[in-house]
Amino acid sequence: MKAGARAAGRLGARIWGRAAGLTAIDHLTVAIPLAWLLVFLALPIAAVAALAIHPLRDSIPPVGPLFTMVDGHPAFHGTTRALRLVLTDGLYLHAFTSALVNAALTALACVAIGFPFAYAIARAPARHRHFYVLLAVLPFWTSFLLRAYAWIGMLRDSGPLNGALLSLGLIERPLPILYSPAAVLLVMVYSYLPFFVLPMYAVLEKLPADLLAAAADLGARPWYVFRTVTVPLSFAGIASGAILVFVPALGEYVIPELVGNSDTLMIGGILWDEFFQNRDWPLAATIALYTFGLLMVPALLLRRWLAQLGGFAR
Amino acid sequence: MMAAVATSPDPAAPILRIRGMAKSYGATRVLGGVDLDVPRGAIVALLGRSGSGKTTLLQLIAGLQAPDAGSLHIDGIDMRGVAAFDRPVNMMFQSYALFPHMSVADNIGYGLKARGTPREQRRQLTDWALDLVRLEGLAQRRPDQLSGGQRQRVALARCLVMKPAVLLLDEPLAALDRGLRADVQRELIGIQRKVGTTFIIVTHDQEEAMALSDFIAVMEQGDIVQFGSPREVYERPASAFVAGFLGSINLFDGLLAVEAAGRARLHCDDGTVLVLDAATPAGAGTPARVGVRPERMAVARGPTGLDNDFPGVLDSLSYVGNLSHAVVRLAGGRMLQATLMNPGGAAGAVLRPGDAVHAGFAAAATVSLPA
Repeated sequence: MKAGARAAGRLGARIWGRAAGLTAIDHLTVAIPLAWLLVFLALPIAAVAALAIHPLRDSIPPVGPLFTMVDGHPAFHGTTRALRLVLTDGLYLHAFTSALVNAALTALACVAIGFPFAYAIARAPARHRHFYVLLAVLPFWTSFLLRAYAWIGMLRDSGPLNGALLSLGLIERPLPILYSPAAVLLVMVYSYLPFFVLPMYAVLEKLPADLLAAAADLGARPWYVFRTVTVPLSFAGIASGAILVFVPALGEYVIPELVGNSDTLMIGGILWDEFFQNRDWPLAATIALYTFGLLMVPALLLRRWLAQLGGFAR
Repeated sequence: MMAAVATSPDPAAPILRIRGMAKSYGATRVLGGVDLDVPRGAIVALLGRSGSGKTTLLQLIAGLQAPDAGSLHIDGIDMRGVAAFDRPVNMMFQSYALFPHMSVADNIGYGLKARGTPREQRRQLTDWALDLVRLEGLAQRRPDQLSGGQRQRVALARCLVMKPAVLLLDEPLAALDRGLRADVQRELIGIQRKVGTTFIIVTHDQEEAMALSDFIAVMEQGDIVQFGSPREVYERPASAFVAGFLGSINLFDGLLAVEAAGRARLHCDDGTVLVLDAATPAGAGTPARVGVRPERMAVARGPTGLDNDFPGVLDSLSYVGNLSHAVVRLAGGRMLQATLMNPGGAAGAVLRPGDAVHAGFAAAATVSLPA
């Protein structure tokens, strides 16, 4: 008991900051974000985890209590049905895989397109940079849904994309782009690109010009400088930008719903269906829980990479 | 690049020759037609205040910028149109610009690898450079695990391993603590003498320029106003600006009156009359300016017995250990600076501000400057 209290004290001290002589203000500045994390992160996760083991019941809400009193004794009704079902039913595994592949492709495409984008902004004259950054985030000024809908118009058989390709004589009949995996990927990359460009730009902009000049001075050609200095030193930006794209992309359900087909069934859509159509709350909670677990993997990997990169990644 | 050095026709020819080099940014003239010859194997300092154009000149030599006009030859080869990465020149940056994600050895080997030097040769050259700057044991360290002086040596080795014809050093000591500088200066000169590479150092610190270099090019507003050895530049400054930039000087403006027997007099506006060596053939009534360095002045309670001797009052005296800086106010109100050697211990009469003193200097101690 005493050892436990000591360990708890040590943990508290670590979270609370090791330095002695903290003022009331110092405690408050730590307490507010901690309270926020507790109320809006830890408690909801705990609630979702609890929901995942609730018994299903034909009622409103559609779950029964975890505990009841039977003959003066508490009875536990918790079940691992949903936890097991998601892991064993091929449909869910397929949806998870499809979401993972799609999110990874989206992140990769964002790196490939967003890096030169961010690089160009960071190398632009200082007085123009803010304008270019503004352009990059300008799409956020309109609703995400509106922009996703706009893509339906653009990609349809009679839309401007097919119209342009037809009039150029590149194709003979309209390409069935809309309602395909390609359309999902395209719209996802479009939607998430700013999430990559912004952190990437922030890192590239801070890259010391001296280092690039020194590399050139030592005889390195521009491409060699880029490979050996620019990319390694902007790795923190690449990784954090890619994760900012990957995380929301993994749970994406609106874009596949709007421009995808039955092949683009992703885990976000399944979760939505289980919750609202099938009213299987424990199953939906389980999917949410597993998705959360999946997302922890890249986040922890990033932490480790950044720690390995050490001082210069700051 | 190495071949260019080896096949150079004339070892006495300057390794770096600049003619009429000019550069402007919009309407701002940064360099106004600079000429400079740098002798092979020398350490040359470009000395000037910020905005004097010294850093721009360095960048033009390195090829990081292009001149508006003028030519640049390194080892007899015209550098027009030669990109920075193809010039036989390397630059040590003021920040040292070490690659933070690479070990010391990888930093030093970077240029060789970029150039495609085979691995074995690269290793040998890197070892040679590590040995040269005495960092053998630290080859696997990261730059952030090194002290300031060690970082500078890595930066130096990273350049020297490329065997450049000319090494440019941008404020090489500015990033170091004052206490370290004397050691690092000595080390830098030692390494330069060992490899024989021509060093061009940019600095705003006149002491650093004096201590490090064989020649100093003093720059002012985009021009080289004087080029010479530290002794020449200090003892025979070309202008009052140079004289004042390299140390302090007492200036006298007046009209010349030539006398017989190789003597001249300078009549100043405030009635002060100086006796000069008539090295200047200028006729009587010519306006002239002369200067006297404070350490060439004598201050005593009685007459100094020198060619020029003026009574006055000791205005201030600051004691800095080996020296004292004195200011003497003459009867006419003119202030003269004098640097006095301090006699050891408590011996000798101690002067105090307010004491009646004489300040004097020999005719030979004066320097003629353009008026």
